[in-house]
Parts: sequence; C-alpha cells; structure tokens
Amino acid sequence: MNNLTACERLDIIRHKNRPTVRDYIPVIFDDFYEMHGDRLYGDDGAVIGGIGYFKGMPVTVICTVKGRNLEENKASNFGMPHPEGYRKALRLAKQAEKFKRPVICLVDTSGAFCGIEAEERGQGEAIAKNLMEFMALKTPVITVILGEGGSGGALALAVCDELAMLENSLYSVISPRGCASILWKDATREREACEVLKITAEDLTKFGVCDYTIEEAEGGAHNDALTTADNISAYLEGALERNLKKGLDELLNERYTKFRKIGEFEEI
Amino acid sequence: MLEDLFSIVKTRFNVEQQTEEKKKNNVPKDLMFKCPRCSNVVFKEDFDKNAKVCPNCNYHSRISSRERLEYSVDKDSFEEFDKGMISKNPLDFAGYEEKQQELRAKTGLKDAVITGIATVHGEKIVVGVMDSNYMMGSMGSVVGEKISRAFEYATENKLPVVMFTCSGGARMQEGIISLMQMAKTCAAAERHSEAGLLYISVMTDPTTGGVTASFASVADIVIAEPKVLIGFAGRRVIEGTIRQRLPENFQSAEFLMEHGFVDMIVERRKIRRTLAHLVRLHKKK
Ligand SMILES: [Zn+2]
Repeated sequence: MNNLTACERLDIIRHKNRPTVRDYIPVIFDDFYEMHGDRLYGDDGAVIGGIGYFKGMPVTVICTVKGRNLEENKASNFGMPHPEGYRKALRLAKQAEKFKRPVICLVDTSGAFCGIEAEERGQGEAIAKNLMEFMALKTPVITVILGEGGSGGALALAVCDELAMLENSLYSVISPRGCASILWKDATREREACEVLKITAEDLTKFGVCDYTIEEAEGGAHNDALTTADNISAYLEGALERNLKKGLDELLNERYTKFRKIGEFEEI
Repeated sequence: MLEDLFSIVKTRFNVEQQTEEKKKNNVPKDLMFKCPRCSNVVFKEDFDKNAKVCPNCNYHSRISSRERLEYSVDKDSFEEFDKGMISKNPLDFAGYEEKQQELRAKTGLKDAVITGIATVHGEKIVVGVMDSNYMMGSMGSVVGEKISRAFEYATENKLPVVMFTCSGGARMQEGIISLMQMAKTCAAAERHSEAGLLYISVMTDPTTGGVTASFASVADIVIAEPKVLIGFAGRRVIEGTIRQRLPENFQSAEFLMEHGFVDMIVERRKIRRTLAHLVRLHKKK
C-alpha cells in the first residue's frame, strides 16, 4: 500500500485512463446480462445493473458508471444518477433477494444528480428508500468504492454487509470542491479541503466505515486494470464466503450494527 | 389550546397603519413582526399567539424546537430523552468545538434535535424536533444517535413516532460520520416499520439534503407545513448545474405534493389535532 495524501489520490482517481465499471465487469464476471429500467419512469444510464456469474455463482451486480469519453459520459450523465437510477438499483436488489443471489455494488460517482427533474421525481425519496430497503435486504450485499464515493449518491448503493475501497478511492459526505466553497467561499481550494475532510480508505477504516482496502496496481489502477480487477475479484471471493455462511438473522443484525454503532458523541 | 385561541386573534393593525409603518421602514423589532413574504406588519404578541404564522398570507415562519413542541404537543407532556448528549470532533475540524460551545450558550440547545415522549390530545407519541437555529439543523452524530434511539424506544414500547424535520443536510464538520447517520436513522426507522408501527414525518422549513434523503422521506405519512422548502439539492447548486432559472414554486411543499412525495399539507395550528386523529386511526383494538 502506498502513502499518498488525499489530494494525490484525487489526481489518481481523476486520471483519464482510470478504469471504469465497464472495464471491470467483463473481467470480474462471466456471462453478464445487463438489465434496464426501474419499471416506473425510465432507464438511467448512470446506473448499470444486471446478473452474471462470479466464479460460477450467480450474482446481481449494480454499479454507478462514469464514461471513458465524452460520448459515454453523455450516456451515463457523468456517473450522476437520477432517481430512476436508484429505483432501478432497488428493483434489481429485490430481485436478487427473491432468487437468493448476493448483490455486488461497484460505486464510482461524484454524487446524485442535482437538477429540476431529479427533484421532481424525488431524488431524496429515492435515496432514502434505498437506505431503508437495503438495510433489510435478505441477501448479502458487498459494496466496493472504485473511485469517487460521492455522498448520499454513493451511500444509496453502500448500505451493505461489507464496504471495501480501492486504495486510492475517496468516500466523502461532500465533494472537496463543495466543502472549500462553504468553508472558504473559494471552490479552487479543493485540495486543502481534501485533507480536512478525511476521506481516504485509511481514514474511513479508522472511523469503522471501510472494512477492507483493496490494492490497486502499482501507481494506480490505470497502470494495470487487469491486476486491479484480479485484486477486486480476490476480495469479493472472500467477502462472499464470509457473508454467505451467516444465517439470515446474523447477517441482518450485523448489517444493522455496522451502521448503528457509527457516531462520535458523549453524554454529560 | 392554541388552535382555539386562533379564532380570537386578529390583526389589530388596519391598512392605514400598515402603510404608515412601511413608509417609516423601521419596524420596532421587539414589538412588531414584519412578514418577509407579504410585508404585513402585526403586533408580535398577536403573531406569537397565531403560532408564528402570518395572519395575512399564512406564512409559516421558522420556529425553535421548543416553540414547535409548544404548538404541537399537549402542555407539559414532553419528557426529553438523552438531554446531555453532545458531539465530539471526529475529524478534528478546526473551529468545530468553539462553534458548538458558542451555539450551546446562545440557543440553550446541545445539538440540532430534541427527542422525547409526549402526548397529542392524550395520545402517546415518541417525538423528535429538529432546530434550524443549531448549525442549520444539520445531522451529525448526535442528531443521528438521538433519532435512532427514539425509533428504537418506540419500537420497544410499541409507540408511534412523529419527526418534525428541518435541516440543511449532513453536517460537513463530521465528514463521513455524518453521512453514515443517514443509513443509521433509516435502519432504526426500518425496524420500527417492520414492527407494524406508525411513523409520521412533518417537514418544516427547510427540509433538505441528507435529511430529505434519509429518515424524513421514509415515513408512512409525510406531512408538510404550507409553502415550506423541501428538496434534496440546494437551489443554488441546481442553478449552477443547469444554468437556468427555476420554476416559482420549485421545491415548495405544494410542489412536492403535486409530484407525489407529500401526503398532506397541514397548517401549524391544526397539526396537534391532525396528529392525534392519525394516531387514533392506527390504534390496534
Ligand atoms: Zn405574510
């Protein structure tokens, strides 16, 4: 593992050749079939979901996806889902529950999209519902943060039994840019905010949010997507094994406790 | 009761006097209230008696959590939970502790929510009231913990929960820990729901960000006060993203109701009665 600062990691995850979900899916999963739509409004290009095999086991895969070029980014709205994206994710998760498949969420998003239509269709409600429903989902859920874990938009796919982060990924309640503009009324000071916010895998491990850190290829995932994919696979194999052997009550109680215990307060 | 009192409360000001006040343009603050929406000026005493709602345009002004309780639950029925809970500074965020000390002294609050047990027309409820005077009602560890405990207490004791929300969202100063409070409160609300118990959220001005995207939106019944601001993203953020002007009623309670996210809009002076009725409707024989 390297010892980079949060800013240096920010540069790595913004590297133009940073592998995306589309690079990882064909390597990690076999016979992946993408499924579309939330059955309520439409199909959100920022969320990819589907089913496939992971080392011979049927799994449901749900991801937020960023594009590798402008065209892909237009289709995926730069990885920022609308409510229908979160509702598609929930639909597929409920389907996984029905067919007793574990759910694997791969997250790379700067956050939920902020716009008129997103508000009209209930962005807040869509995220809230996912938090509530994933908490009670009767099948294991494993989430890996691949690059950016942007606030509620990431959390909507991160109520899980285990949360892993790629070693350079960042997971934060607010973008460093947003934080800088609130703190110093100056969005250009995002690099400073990056350190203040404590958003690296190492920080989040200390806070009990991140359970595992997955090594990337030397110098960052862009140097070798395949090695990074192999590391993700190796992690997922262990995570599934650990969680599939739990009884349902044990699984759900541990998931509850994982989130329930997070908080720093005292009683005077 | 306040709702009864309302009928005898009238604006003592006639139109002439109002115009005069406007001309002077400096309303004595301790005696008079000038409505920010319609510019109507009323005696503060009358305004207070009217549950701090403008008698002219029905503007529901922001009120403190203590005032909210006064208007919403039976007199002297509130017993507070977790009175002494205060947050730490998990990120060692510069100035966070000082800011809190200052606010504690100024508001008499320890954080942005008070929770406890109370009655509405004699019906027992577990109640949480957020307070926008404390760091814009943002949700950090204490808010998340108190709300989760309130739900857990209600689940254990088979009681309905009523949450009055108002919040600017997550509390940036507590970083990722504040984000996790969204999942935590939803988890506690889920268990309460799973036990077949009633949860009502009452969205007040403003309910936004991480609170909208968590426990505020997962209630069985979502109530809003008239014309309050409810949304996920802030107006300025949206305007910045899309570079166009937003519709007039955008993110108002009425806008949310029109789009299917609010069950009913209830005026402040009717809330206690409404809550009591709804709780009774869900009582198991
Ligand atoms: Zn008015």
